[in-house]
Amino acid sequence: MSKEGLKQNSISTVPKTTGSVPFQNLSGFDIKTSYGPEDISQLSYERDLGDPGQYPYVRGIHPDMYRGRLWTIRQLGSLGSPIQANERIRQLIQMGATGISICFDMPTIMGRDSDDPLCRGEVGSCCGVAIDTIQDMRDLLYGIPLETISVNFVSNSQSSVILGMFCAVAEERGIPLEILTGTMQNDVLKEYQAQKSYYFPPRPSLRLTMDTVTFCATRLPKFNPISISGYHIASAGANPVQELAFTLANGLTYVEEGIKAGLSVDEFAPRLSFFFKTHNDLFENVAKYRAARRIWARKMKEQFGAKNPRSCLFRVHTQTSGSALTAQQVLNNIVRTTLQALAAVLAGTQSLHTNSYDEAFSVPTPRSEKIALRTQQIIAFESGATLTADPLGGSYYIEALTDQMESECYRYFKMIEDLGGTVAAIEKGFFQREISDAAFKYQRSIETRERIIVGLSEFVEDEETEIELRVNDPEFESQKIAALREFKNNRDQQRTDGQLEEIRRVCASQENIMPTIIEAVKSGATLGECIGAMRKEFGTYSEQVIF
Amino acid sequence: MNTEEIKVIISKVGLDGHDRGAKVVATLLKEAGMEVVYLGMYQTPEGIVKAAIDEDADVIGLSYLSGEHLVYTPKVVNEIRKNGLDDVLFVVGGSFPPEDVPVMKEMGVHEVFRGGSLTESIVDFIKKNVRGKG
Amino acid sequence: MTGKLPGNHETLVQSLLSGSRRAAARMITLVENQSTYTNELMKLVYPHTGKSMVVGVTGAAGSGKSSLITHLIRKFREKGKRVGVVAVDPSSPFSGGAFLGDRIRFQAHALDEGVYIRSMSSRGYLGGLARSTSDVVRIMEAMGNDVVIVETLGAGQDEVDIIHVVQTCILVLTPNMGDDIQAMKAGIMEIADIVVLNKADLDGAVNCLRNLEATMHMAMTHKDCGWAVARVIPTVASAPKTEDLQGIDELIEAIRAHQTYLHESLVIDRIQAKRIEQELSLVFRDEVEKFIFKGLSGTGKKRQYIKGILEGRTDPYSVVEEVLSTFLRV
Repeated sequence: MSKEGLKQNSISTVPKTTGSVPFQNLSGFDIKTSYGPEDISQLSYERDLGDPGQYPYVRGIHPDMYRGRLWTIRQLGSLGSPIQANERIRQLIQMGATGISICFDMPTIMGRDSDDPLCRGEVGSCCGVAIDTIQDMRDLLYGIPLETISVNFVSNSQSSVILGMFCAVAEERGIPLEILTGTMQNDVLKEYQAQKSYYFPPRPSLRLTMDTVTFCATRLPKFNPISISGYHIASAGANPVQELAFTLANGLTYVEEGIKAGLSVDEFAPRLSFFFKTHNDLFENVAKYRAARRIWARKMKEQFGAKNPRSCLFRVHTQTSGSALTAQQVLNNIVRTTLQALAAVLAGTQSLHTNSYDEAFSVPTPRSEKIALRTQQIIAFESGATLTADPLGGSYYIEALTDQMESECYRYFKMIEDLGGTVAAIEKGFFQREISDAAFKYQRSIETRERIIVGLSEFVEDEETEIELRVNDPEFESQKIAALREFKNNRDQQRTDGQLEEIRRVCASQENIMPTIIEAVKSGATLGECIGAMRKEFGTYSEQVIF
Repeated sequence: MNTEEIKVIISKVGLDGHDRGAKVVATLLKEAGMEVVYLGMYQTPEGIVKAAIDEDADVIGLSYLSGEHLVYTPKVVNEIRKNGLDDVLFVVGGSFPPEDVPVMKEMGVHEVFRGGSLTESIVDFIKKNVRGKG
Repeated sequence: MTGKLPGNHETLVQSLLSGSRRAAARMITLVENQSTYTNELMKLVYPHTGKSMVVGVTGAAGSGKSSLITHLIRKFREKGKRVGVVAVDPSSPFSGGAFLGDRIRFQAHALDEGVYIRSMSSRGYLGGLARSTSDVVRIMEAMGNDVVIVETLGAGQDEVDIIHVVQTCILVLTPNMGDDIQAMKAGIMEIADIVVLNKADLDGAVNCLRNLEATMHMAMTHKDCGWAVARVIPTVASAPKTEDLQGIDELIEAIRAHQTYLHESLVIDRIQAKRIEQELSLVFRDEVEKFIFKGLSGTGKKRQYIKGILEGRTDPYSVVEEVLSTFLRV
C-alpha cells in the first residue's frame, strides 16, 4: 500500500475490486457469484417463512406492514437544559410528532449529579439533557400531554430513577400510570458488552432491570420497559451477525430473568422491543432482521411456551449506522444514510431514526436534521418500498443469507451457553473479546484496502467544506449547579435522608425497588444520591480490559 | 529513533466510555512496533501525565468521542507544561467538529487525527516528530 | 563499550538517589534502550541498592496479579513505605511492539507521590528480559523505595530467571483454570515462597484449595527447606465492595513472615548471594555476547562461519572455540 496512493486524488484509478476481497460481507460470509434455486432447495414456505404477519414472522410482523401503517419516524433530539429541551419537544409535537425521544447528558448517563466534581465540564454535554431532580423532570415534561404522547427515554443504568421520576410527575399531574405510553432503553447487559456505562456488577443490575419490568407489567402496562439494543454492540465493533446473536442472547436472558422474577412469559414479553442498526450492506442487514424474527418467534414459542402471539413478535426500532459515516466529504453521508434507511424499510422495521450527515463530529443542526427526516419521507412516499410487505422475500440471495445468519447465530448461542450463559460470558470477557477483534479486523481491512470506504481509503480529496455547527451554551453548567444547590436547600433534608436509607435497605432485600424510588424522588432525592445509595449496597463494577 | 523504543500512552479522559477507537489505535501502534501503555477509561489529566512521567513516555494520545475535547485538552496541556514535559508529543483523535482542530492546536496539541484517519498517518507523524532520547 | 558519563548523566544519578521520579524514569529508559552508558550508570547506582524488600508476583494472565498488587501497594503505603512496581509484559516477537496493560489496575495510586510504577516489555533483548529487569529493580531500590514489587507472567524461561531477582516470590493461581496443574508441571511451585489462590469465591475453589495444599506438602523440595509453604492463601482481590475483599491481610502477613524468616535465619544472605551470582551471569552473558558480535561485525566473518557450517566444513563448537581463542587468547 503506497502512501502516495492514499494521498492522491485517485478518481481516475478505479480499484479492481468491488470493495471487499475475497467477496465476503462484514459478517465474514463468503458470498457466491450468484444464487439460485439450489440455495433454497431446503426451504419450506410454511415452516420456515410463513406469510407476513404469520408465525414465524420472517416476512414481517404484520400482514400488511407499511400499507397498514408507516413505520414511526422517530428522530432524536435533546438539549442540555430541561427547559430548552421541553421547548424543542413541544415544537416537534406541534409539527406533528406523536413520539419523542429523550437523551441524557454524560453525567446523568453515569448516574451523577451536575454538581459532582467528576462531572466538571460535562454537564449538558453533547448527548442530551441534564436531569438531577424531580424538578428537572417536571420542567422537561411541562405542557406535554402524557396521555397521548409516547415518550422514549434513552436511559440505561439510571433507568430505575428516571422511571421513578416519570411516574412521580405523572402522579402529581393526576395521570393514571396505566395509560402512559413509551419506552425505556434500560438494557444493561449491552453496557457490559459494549457501551460501558454500567455502575454495579451484572447481577444486581439485572435485579434492578427486572424490578422495572415487573413494575411496568403491573402498573404501566402500555409502557415498553426494555429496548434490547444491538446498535451499541455494533458501534463498538461487532459485525452484523454478532449484533444479531448478542442482542438476541441478551433478550433471551431478560426473558429468563423475568420468569425467574415470577412473571409468566406472556405477562411481559409482548412489551419487549429491540433496537438494531443498519450498516451499509443492504442485503446483509435485511437478512439480519428476517433471521431475528424467525429466531425470536421460535424461541419464544418453543423454549418459553409463549401462548400470546404478541410475545413472539420481534418489534424493532432502527437507527442508521453512525459509525459508517465519515468526517471526510460529509455530504456523502446522505447517500450512506439513504441506503441504510432503505435497508431498514426493506427489512421491516417498526420505527426508524436516520442520522444527519454531520453525525461524525457533531450534534445535528436543524438543516442536517431536516435532510435526515426528508430521507425517510422520500423512501416512504416515492420509492415504492412500502407497496408490499417483505418485497425481497423469495430472492434466492436473501433467503440463503437469512438462513446463514440464523445458523451462525445459533453457533454463537451455543458458545455462550457453553460459557455458562450471558452473564458468565460477560464476566469471562467473551463478548468484549469478540467485539474488540471485530473492530480491529474492520480497521485493518480498511487500512489494507481490503475494504474500500469512499472518501477515506479511496477517492480521497483535500477539502474545505462549509459546515455549520451547533454550539453549546457554556453558561449552562454553572446555572444548573446553582439551580441544584437551590433545590437542595429547599427540601426536607431529613425526609430525603430517610428515603435514601430506605433505598439502601430495599436493595439489600428482595422487594421491588420502584415504589421506594418514587417516594425518594418525591422527597427531593437527586439522581446521583439515589444511585449513590444503591452503589453503597451493590458496589461498583470494574471490568477486566479485554483486547 | 528505533520504533521499538517509542513509548506511547493511550488513554481516555473524563466520563466517556466509548473505547473502541482507543483500543484499535493502541493495537495498531503495537503492531507498528511501539510500546503502548493503555490506561483505559475514566482517567484524570493528572493521572495521565503522572503515568507519562513514570513511563518516560514519548507520546500522549487521547481519544475524544463525546464532545469533551475542548474541556479536557487545556487541562491536560496544563499538566504537561506544569511538569515540564514539553518535549512529549501530545496527539488526539476521535470525533469533533473540524473547526475545533485549530483550536486544539492553539491550546497545545501537536496533531489532531479525526475519525477515519489511517494508522499509517499516525505512525508516520510520531516517527517523524518524536524526540530523541539519550 | 563504555565511556565517561556526560555531566548530565552524573546529575541524573544524583537526582535518582534523592528520589526523583523523573530521573528514575529517564534512567530506566536508558537502561532499557541499552545505551552505551548503561554500565557506567549502573556502576554508580549499584552501591545504593540491596536495602529494599523485593517481592515478585507471578501467575497466568487473568489470575488477578494486578488487583492483588494494588492492594499490596495500599497496605504498604498505609505503613508509610515507599513502593516501586515493575510490571512486565511480553513483546510481540513479530512486530517488536508491546501492549502494556497492567498499569490500568494500578491507576488508583496514580496520584500518590510515594508510588512509582513502570511498565516493561521484553523487546527481544540479547541477554533476555531478565538482565534489564534486574537493572530496573536495582534502579528502583536506589531511588529509595522501601518495597519493590515485580509483576511477571511466570510462563517462560525469562520469567523463571526473574524469580532470582526477588526475595519473596508469590505465585497467583485461580480455581478451575488448570494453571495449578501447569504450574506444578513447570516446577514453578517449587520456586514460590507463597502461593495464593485468587478468585477464591468461585465455584470449585474449596476443592482446588485442598488439592493445592496437598501438593505443597509433597513439594518440600524447596529452594531452601527452612521455609515450608504449608498453606495456600485464598484471596478475593477484586470485588464490587471493599468489604468483600478477602485474604489481603493474610497475604501481607505471609510476606512479613517470610521476610522475617529470611533475615532471622540469615537465609537472606544466601539469597542476596544467589541474586548477585545471577546478575554476574546475566551481565557476563550480555556483555560477552555484545563484545564478540561487535568484534565480528563488519569483518564478514560471522557470515563466513555460518556458510562454513552450512557447507559441512565446520560446526558451531569449533567456531566458538576458534573465536574465543582469538578474542580471549585462551
